[in-house]
Amino acid sequence: MMQIGDFSFKLEAMAAPLPIWRATCSAADWSAVAQSVAINGGRLLSLWGSDRRDGEAGGFVISVAYANTEGLLWLDLLLDKDVTVYPDISGIFPCANRMQRTIGDLLGVFAESAEDKRPWLNHGTWPATYFPLRQEATGLEQFSDCAAEDYPFVRVEGDGVHEIAVGPVHAGIIEPGHFRFSVVGERVLRLEERLGYKHKGIDKLFERTNALDGARLAGRVSGDSTVAFSWAYCMALESIGNTQLPPRAAAFRALLLERERVANHLGDLGALANDVAFAFGLTHFMRLKEDCLRLNQRLFGHRLLMDCIIPGGVTVNLENEGVFDLMTQCKEISGEVKKLRAVYEDHSGLQDRFISTGRVSHELAVTLGLNGFSGRASGVTSDLRADFAMAPYADLGVRRAVHCNGDVAARATVRFDELLESLRLIPKIVSELPGGDIFVQPVFDGARKQGAGWIEGWRGEVFVALDSDGEKIHRCHCHDPSWQNWPVLEHAVIGNIVPDFPLINKSFNLSYAGPDR
Amino acid sequence: MLKMLIQMARQGIGTEPKPEIDADSFPAEHRLHQEILNVLGRALTIREVDAGSCNGCELEIHATNNLYYNLEGLGIKFVASPRHADMLLVTGPVSRNMAMALQRTYEATPDPKLVVAVGDCTINGGIFGESYASCGGVDKVIPVDHFIPGCPPPPIEILKGILTAVRQVSGKKKDASGQKQEGFSG
Repeated sequence: MMQIGDFSFKLEAMAAPLPIWRATCSAADWSAVAQSVAINGGRLLSLWGSDRRDGEAGGFVISVAYANTEGLLWLDLLLDKDVTVYPDISGIFPCANRMQRTIGDLLGVFAESAEDKRPWLNHGTWPATYFPLRQEATGLEQFSDCAAEDYPFVRVEGDGVHEIAVGPVHAGIIEPGHFRFSVVGERVLRLEERLGYKHKGIDKLFERTNALDGARLAGRVSGDSTVAFSWAYCMALESIGNTQLPPRAAAFRALLLERERVANHLGDLGALANDVAFAFGLTHFMRLKEDCLRLNQRLFGHRLLMDCIIPGGVTVNLENEGVFDLMTQCKEISGEVKKLRAVYEDHSGLQDRFISTGRVSHELAVTLGLNGFSGRASGVTSDLRADFAMAPYADLGVRRAVHCNGDVAARATVRFDELLESLRLIPKIVSELPGGDIFVQPVFDGARKQGAGWIEGWRGEVFVALDSDGEKIHRCHCHDPSWQNWPVLEHAVIGNIVPDFPLINKSFNLSYAGPDR
Repeated sequence: MLKMLIQMARQGIGTEPKPEIDADSFPAEHRLHQEILNVLGRALTIREVDAGSCNGCELEIHATNNLYYNLEGLGIKFVASPRHADMLLVTGPVSRNMAMALQRTYEATPDPKLVVAVGDCTINGGIFGESYASCGGVDKVIPVDHFIPGCPPPPIEILKGILTAVRQVSGKKKDASGQKQEGFSG
């Protein structure tokens, strides 16, 4: 059972394949609980708000998900009717800053006494008095006379300091976001990110989406993590319906998740080499990635594996021939990756650029909540696949990849290790595929409930919190691991030279679409 | 270095033949480059603008650059600035927060400019539709010459779409000048 200091909660275990509990908390305890979680080595996974003025709660609700080695605690703070403030916890968990500002933009409920009150997602393109997540809003309102406004970046002043403004439209084929560098000569003194350019109103759109169709939308929160998000969403919905996932479907979901991990690591390992002008690496890794995506298309009907996971199971199945093709490809790619890894390791120019660049110390990683492979490269060992015995990972014996240097080289090393580990897991999964169904029809009793999904995607922890009766979605919150990792990037570049920024950025490869939603 | 050379020699050339679009209208392979030259006077340069996609389309646009599709071999290149671009390749339903940036990118692109919109979202907002945060389609913000449907469209479809757009414009140009240009037929 989860230990949170001296607090006594009525913990309600949720029907989920991972240990997840729910509890409610008073405003008086809100900050103290956060403090206690932090002291006991827990981390803040996600923070979001809901309008439950029509339900039992009778007011706005602020929710937080804390995680530690024992599991996840979903804690609700029920605000009294007409109360639109709650205690700020960004002093304890710095990653809460942007999440709290987002709650302010979308729900009009604000962290009291928070220092940073700037809007985050609202760039001025909708009125500051319009809160899409409130019940009186439909989400379909249009404000054609609102235009994007300037953002008050923090200014660094002094002799020789100048600013470099980059974005939102970047030089490569990348997602939009704005980076404001304050530099002296070539060195970066400070980087401030401004994101939110891709905000499409997905949270509100969920409320206009049928619960069973929600998986399709969740799968488009961040396209490169479509498997992780659709699985997390389905886990949440299945938790509401208490749906027992057939073992064969669970095995397929893990197979798809590992295929997604392989494709993304292959692409990024190539791109990392390209960022240090070693085009050879890009060419070879992009070829391997394309091979992987083509086999996805042939076996599963979609190159990026979108819509393969649906509530109650999966849409994909395999014959013996497909199993053989997957095993053969894993062996081939694995052999190629090992050869390419040796080339990378021998290449002094590449190593010179990788080593000691964009360093994130273990201490900083813990303070800011760095997660996923980037966290593991800074010695944060958490990997849900290895931490919790969820089918089918319980039987696979996932070997977690951990490094302690926290630089670009360490992140590349962890990616190589995780890539090779996934290539070891895939043949294991397909050779031991359980028989039986790939789908079971989820059945709901019509009661409005909350469900949660928690998945170790290739980038990090994906979390979905769902409030639904199985048909109507009252609230769906999709959390991308990039929420925590973006602010870490601001620290990782300090003291590095500007030309190393693309390399450092790519070594994390964070999602813009995911946190912008 | 030796390992690299061995790897290169082992790999050989992986580039595949160019895609066939609409069998009767597609120019013979050797004329394709000429067609691009006729329309644009040089190679085709593209500025990609993500105006709010889920990033799936970006993954597939990236893939068009891999050795199988060999985009640069066709004389097509992605460039870092709209001022160097002949074509804008736009993705996403256009989030309201990106509308101004997209508009400015369009204005910064020299005439004659082509706009190709990639993915279902660009047509009508796709799954994201139109809302307080989504404009619901690229042509709500800038004129579009050609749409490439798909969620996301695979690289081969993106390639076909780019070539189709170039061809459409070459047709338009011909109609406007009322005379047949030398160098290609159709």
